[in-house]
Amino acid sequence: MSDRTVDRVAQATPERVARKIRGLSDRAIAWIFISPTIFLLLAINIFPLIWTIQLSFTNYKANRIGREVKDVGLRNYERILTDSDTWLNMQATAHFLFWTIFFQVLIGFTLAWLINKKFKGNDLWTTIIVLPMMLSPAVVGNFWKFLYQPQIGLFNYIVSWFTGKDPSSFEMLGSVTLAPWAIVIVDTWMWTPFVMLICLAGLRSIPDYIYEAAEIDRASKLRQFFTITIPMVLPFLMLAVLFRGIENFKMFDLVVQLTGGGPGSVTELTSINLKREAFEKWRTGYASAYAIILFVTVFGLASIYVKALNKVKQR
Amino acid sequence: MTYTKLASASAIVLAATTLSTKANAEDLTLCWAAWDPANALVELSKEFEAESGHTMNFEFVPWPNFADRMLNELNSGGKLCDLLIGDSQWIGGGAENGHYVKLNDFFDAEGISMDDFAPATVYAYSTWPKGTPNYYALPAMGDANGWFYRKDWFENPEIQAAYKEATGQDLREPESQKELLQIAQFFQGREIDGKTVYGAAIFTERGSEGITMGVTGALYPWGFKYENTPGSYDMEGAVNSPEAVEALEFYKEFYETATPPGYTNSYMGESLDAFKSGQVAMAMNWFAFFPGLYADPNTGGDKIDFFVNPPQNQAGSTLGGQGISVVSYSDKQDAALEYIKWFAQPEVQAKWWELGGYSAHNSVLEDPGFVDSQPFAGDFLEAMAGVQDFWQEPAYAELLLAMQKRIHDYVVADQGTAQEALNLLIEDWTEVFEDEGKL
Repeated sequence: MSDRTVDRVAQATPERVARKIRGLSDRAIAWIFISPTIFLLLAINIFPLIWTIQLSFTNYKANRIGREVKDVGLRNYERILTDSDTWLNMQATAHFLFWTIFFQVLIGFTLAWLINKKFKGNDLWTTIIVLPMMLSPAVVGNFWKFLYQPQIGLFNYIVSWFTGKDPSSFEMLGSVTLAPWAIVIVDTWMWTPFVMLICLAGLRSIPDYIYEAAEIDRASKLRQFFTITIPMVLPFLMLAVLFRGIENFKMFDLVVQLTGGGPGSVTELTSINLKREAFEKWRTGYASAYAIILFVTVFGLASIYVKALNKVKQR
Repeated sequence: MTYTKLASASAIVLAATTLSTKANAEDLTLCWAAWDPANALVELSKEFEAESGHTMNFEFVPWPNFADRMLNELNSGGKLCDLLIGDSQWIGGGAENGHYVKLNDFFDAEGISMDDFAPATVYAYSTWPKGTPNYYALPAMGDANGWFYRKDWFENPEIQAAYKEATGQDLREPESQKELLQIAQFFQGREIDGKTVYGAAIFTERGSEGITMGVTGALYPWGFKYENTPGSYDMEGAVNSPEAVEALEFYKEFYETATPPGYTNSYMGESLDAFKSGQVAMAMNWFAFFPGLYADPNTGGDKIDFFVNPPQNQAGSTLGGQGISVVSYSDKQDAALEYIKWFAQPEVQAKWWELGGYSAHNSVLEDPGFVDSQPFAGDFLEAMAGVQDFWQEPAYAELLLAMQKRIHDYVVADQGTAQEALNLLIEDWTEVFEDEGKL
């Protein structure tokens, strides 16, 4: 008798079940196994998506159950895309997205590069650096709100110490020019460790013999950095950018805690506006159209980016 | 033998009564905002529990999340709340969307008359459509936006002399909005007891209703109106009238020249903190907080006094307060109505005021001793005589968020002019009323 795993499993199957299965093709058995997952996927992802698309063409309001639901065609889309406030929200989101990713990649990679050097206390420093990303965004938001407080906030005092300005002469969260940077600083503080960890994984995946070969060829450290380190870490870095890009495009909790979208609407990111439309104003149809526009934007950008990432990997 | 029979019969009757009471006893949940008066209501409701046998549970939500949480509960047909003390602006939605039980038949059956309550509170908290005898709530908590100030600073001879020198006038409770600003500007950045203090804490919050409740405190005294003709939704010339523009510019000037640094997103909590920490000479807030402020060991008592929102072209205060409604999705409506019947009694209303709640019952308000019962009681009566409320339409949340945005954009973010902000507000509101089919 064979002792292969497949045979052992076959023997362990009760005769009654085995008899039933014997009549099924491999394809049918595969379907039986994946059907619960497909069902869940349809119920949780696909059905709501289709329903959202359908709602986006109506004037439906979820808080007005008895109200007649009218088909409004493309009116919701037209109103969103021609509303100047939508584009201000998009601008605020783009500003947040670009600068957070820029700083996180820059600082994250630098930290990873430094941590990758063997030195005493290396592990301790790694642990300390990754602490911010372990905190809840709500906690971080409240915490930084105090730090930014113009009269008692530590941040203002530190800036004041360096610049000689009165600490209460500037308001990080209350100023139209500073508030967009205030949220960038906090997100960078919180999520740079994440980018650092990914970069560190990339740096540690580079085999030592490549550097040894470069040393033999008398390549300078700078040349090694640009011709070995950067190209080999690039796929990891691009992955980090993808993760942070998607996350920050839907950023909500941290910014709500810090500024609530203010002052005025200068930090009102698209996700905050979407929440207001959907669950405060209860314009469900309008909010559905808004969500579809955001979904298409993220999906489109992410698809282009993933293609670029695959090309880099193939190189 | 007779005694035995009698004792047995008594025991059966007693047991039956007990069982029957227990069978009817309900666990009622009352939902409200988490603030000082809510604690007073918990205390007050103990009497109801003792009298009725029902058990009262409470769901109190902090103000910034109150509307979100409770409106979601109502919109989803939730059974969490049997009784809801909902904001005055929710009455239209509560009535039209079927969230609240209409109380007319119940009031008639139980002899509860709306004539026994202050007319302004009945109009604002109970009726929909506005002013019609269709009642969806019993006035539970009268409230308005008022002011309090550091009496000890105002009475300080050195400060009085400095004010006289600076303005040529006596330092006193302001009698107009412009005098209010003048006093606030006088205190702004002044050194008192070795500490820099500021003029006043006003409402500037962006997320919920803060800046709207604050700015209407200036708009109403200037003569702001929502419509040219009530019920017509014709807002052009009313919402953006020259008086409204002037009032909005005034509020912006107040924010820029007389508030502490960092007051860009402040509401009730921040106003109380600023005053209690000795940062500001004056602060605006709801009368509901005044008992707690007066009792504060550091800044209350002799150090505090109160005044009604000062007039400008006319008297006008922003209405707060709420009515108590029975939620239509509740399975315990009978017990909830029992609570309302109990709450409407004059003696319960008197105790409500005594504990720190603001009764709207005439028997309390018209009592000869009412004005002197608390240092802010007279101001409360005066304020309630001139209150105005925000839209109470079913689409009130959309209307409110539009105003929050336009006012915050102008006052705090310094974008555009007052005229532009109000013009844009009309556009937003017009869009909402068009969607509602009212325009």
